[in-house]
Amino acid sequence: MLFNLSLRYKLPLLGAVLILATALALSASFLATSWDNLHKDMVKNSEDLGQTMARSLFTALLHDNVWQAFETISLPFKEDSESTLAESLIVLDAERRVFASSHPNEHRVTSELSSLGADFQTLDREIAANPEHPSLILESTIASHFFIAIPIAIAIASDNVRIGTLIVAHNKDQIRHRFDRSIRNAVWITLLILAVLLPVNWYWGGRMVAPLQLVTRRLSRINAGELTPLDPHLYPYRDEVGALYLAYRQMLDAMREKLALEQEVVKQEKMAAVGRLTASIAHEINNPLGGMLNSVSTLKRYGPADPLSQKTINLLERGLSQIRDTVAALLVEAKVTSRQLTAHDIDDVMLLVAPSAHKQNVEIDWETNFGDPLDLPSTPVRQLLINLVLNAIQAAGQHGHVTVRTGTGEGALSLVVENDGQVLSAEHQARLFEPFSSFSQHGNGLGLWICYQIVTQLRGAIRAETTSTLTRFVVALPLNPQGSSE
Amino acid sequence: MHLMPLTKRAIAALLLVLAALLAPIAEASASEPLRPYRVGMTPAFLHNQHSMLAEWKIYLERKLQRPVVFIQRDSYRETMDLIDKGSLDFAWLCDYPYLALGKAVRLLAVASYQQKPLYRSYLIVPDKDTQTKSILDLKGKVFAYADPHSNTGYVVPRHALIAAGQDAGSYFQKTFFTWSHAKAIQAVASGLAEGAAVDSYVWDSLQKVDPKLVARTRIVWKSEEFGFPPIVAYHRVSQKDFDTFQQVLFGMHEDPAGRALLDKLNLDGFVAGEQRLYDGVVRMMRELGEL
Repeated sequence: MLFNLSLRYKLPLLGAVLILATALALSASFLATSWDNLHKDMVKNSEDLGQTMARSLFTALLHDNVWQAFETISLPFKEDSESTLAESLIVLDAERRVFASSHPNEHRVTSELSSLGADFQTLDREIAANPEHPSLILESTIASHFFIAIPIAIAIASDNVRIGTLIVAHNKDQIRHRFDRSIRNAVWITLLILAVLLPVNWYWGGRMVAPLQLVTRRLSRINAGELTPLDPHLYPYRDEVGALYLAYRQMLDAMREKLALEQEVVKQEKMAAVGRLTASIAHEINNPLGGMLNSVSTLKRYGPADPLSQKTINLLERGLSQIRDTVAALLVEAKVTSRQLTAHDIDDVMLLVAPSAHKQNVEIDWETNFGDPLDLPSTPVRQLLINLVLNAIQAAGQHGHVTVRTGTGEGALSLVVENDGQVLSAEHQARLFEPFSSFSQHGNGLGLWICYQIVTQLRGAIRAETTSTLTRFVVALPLNPQGSSE
Repeated sequence: MHLMPLTKRAIAALLLVLAALLAPIAEASASEPLRPYRVGMTPAFLHNQHSMLAEWKIYLERKLQRPVVFIQRDSYRETMDLIDKGSLDFAWLCDYPYLALGKAVRLLAVASYQQKPLYRSYLIVPDKDTQTKSILDLKGKVFAYADPHSNTGYVVPRHALIAAGQDAGSYFQKTFFTWSHAKAIQAVASGLAEGAAVDSYVWDSLQKVDPKLVARTRIVWKSEEFGFPPIVAYHRVSQKDFDTFQQVLFGMHEDPAGRALLDKLNLDGFVAGEQRLYDGVVRMMRELGEL
């Protein structure tokens, strides 16, 4: 179906049809005008020629000077040129007999006008019927005799005494010949215009449709989950297509955001579930654990004093203590009231992490930038920062480099810790904040979990970013967290 | 004024004497630039060869040491009128006007054409007409005469008709004059006339100038020979001028410039003519009652 064709073809085709229609309409109108003008010109020129000649023919007729009449009317035929106005000129006497003709072989001197052919019979009757007519125009309708087409009879009259008639005979072929030339010209010009316009039309059609085709392809692939962005430089204009590009970009952005949000929600829900599970298990463990630790303490003090028993009891005590420490670590409690965070706390953290950094020969850049005490509890923030920096020192490895930046702005405290150690893998990044997900040989895998719990409880956000050489943890903690916690 | 009347008369007389003494000198100085020879030219030859005429004029002026003016007229009648009025010294005429003028002119020279001072009349028809064998086949046709005072173009065909017992006035359906032999040939070539009688010299010469035109005509009949159109002198022209002009014409074929002009005229030269060359024409004119 024609209407199912791609716009790539439909638009240029439509354009071509319009161009062709315009060209044809213009050509047709030009040719019609040209035909009309040729016709009018011919009649006018013939009349002028006839009127001019009629004057000099008057004396020739009056003096019966056939030769003079012949010389006069054969003047326009001196050269065999195409521009010759008429096919022949005929001078008739008062009785409508040929007095002289520019083509005497066809119109014998003294022959009756009516004897020259069917066309001339009509003309003869017309002249006889209109003796006073100043200029009689007769168009032949006889196809077989079209060579004498538009005879014009001009009365050679003076003082209203008509002594003869001059006939300017035309061949329709002559006008047709000239008209053919006009047609040829028109056709060539039209072809020339088409030769220019059609490729231009094809090119513009392609240019117009190409951006639409691109958007169409991209849109059809969205369902397949391919969110490929469009380069805005592909179509920098602000027309409908530009608007479409903009809308596509906005839609794509919205879809990406939504997708990221969904992923974030899923992750947060997962983390929340893990947090709840961990907390309830920790609580369930904590209750019997306290009793068990008390029993072991009692047994140690009052139980059998033989070395084997004491050794066993010590073993139990150490094991239970380790369980208690682990459970305590899982139960992160950030909401404990503590004093406000100050710049001294950052200095403390600097002091506390210095030995570890020294041990690994890691260099730390501190860029801290806040003066007033902040509306944040100091203890969990200190713990958060220590965890992140120790983590970074671990990740940076021997002779690594760590940068810490703190700052406030937009109602939040921001902490940025980056290291130039091995970058995180995608798998690692996806499970970064889950408990016991340590990817290093050191630690129990709870450091980042604790960080996540603290940040979540302070209603902040934490995320990990990687560049080609750096791993960066970015934390934003809203100031005045009490506002949101009762 | 207190002068005596006698003194006045004496001064007047003295002035008259002086005037009488000076008159011949004044007359001589007035006639110093010689009056040009006025030469009438008629359609007896290809008289539209204007550049040839200009060269001939220069040639004659150099030879005659005197200005020459050619006076061209389109019909013999006009030239004849000029001679009658004494406005021409010399003229190149056709036989008929020469004879019709009688004692008003003297025969000065006759052109020699093809080694003879003779020419004839050709009866011509369009080349498409392959049937006509004589003027008697042209009854009811359109016929072109050169000039009513032309020998070959008017007298000869009419004489031929009368000799055949026809009425020359009503024999043709229509006749007209072209006022020149060359135009009569054109009339036949174009088909305007279905027959014409023309000067053999003009027809032959035109064949060299415009062979395409002449090829459209066909010679049907040739008349007997007549004296070539003569160059005449007005009877009042002095013998000295007569002789001078005659000698220049007779000498034309002897020098290169003259030869070149004669070649252009398609003539051999000019020779002395005799009255009896025109006896044939006189006889015809008598028979036609025109002399």
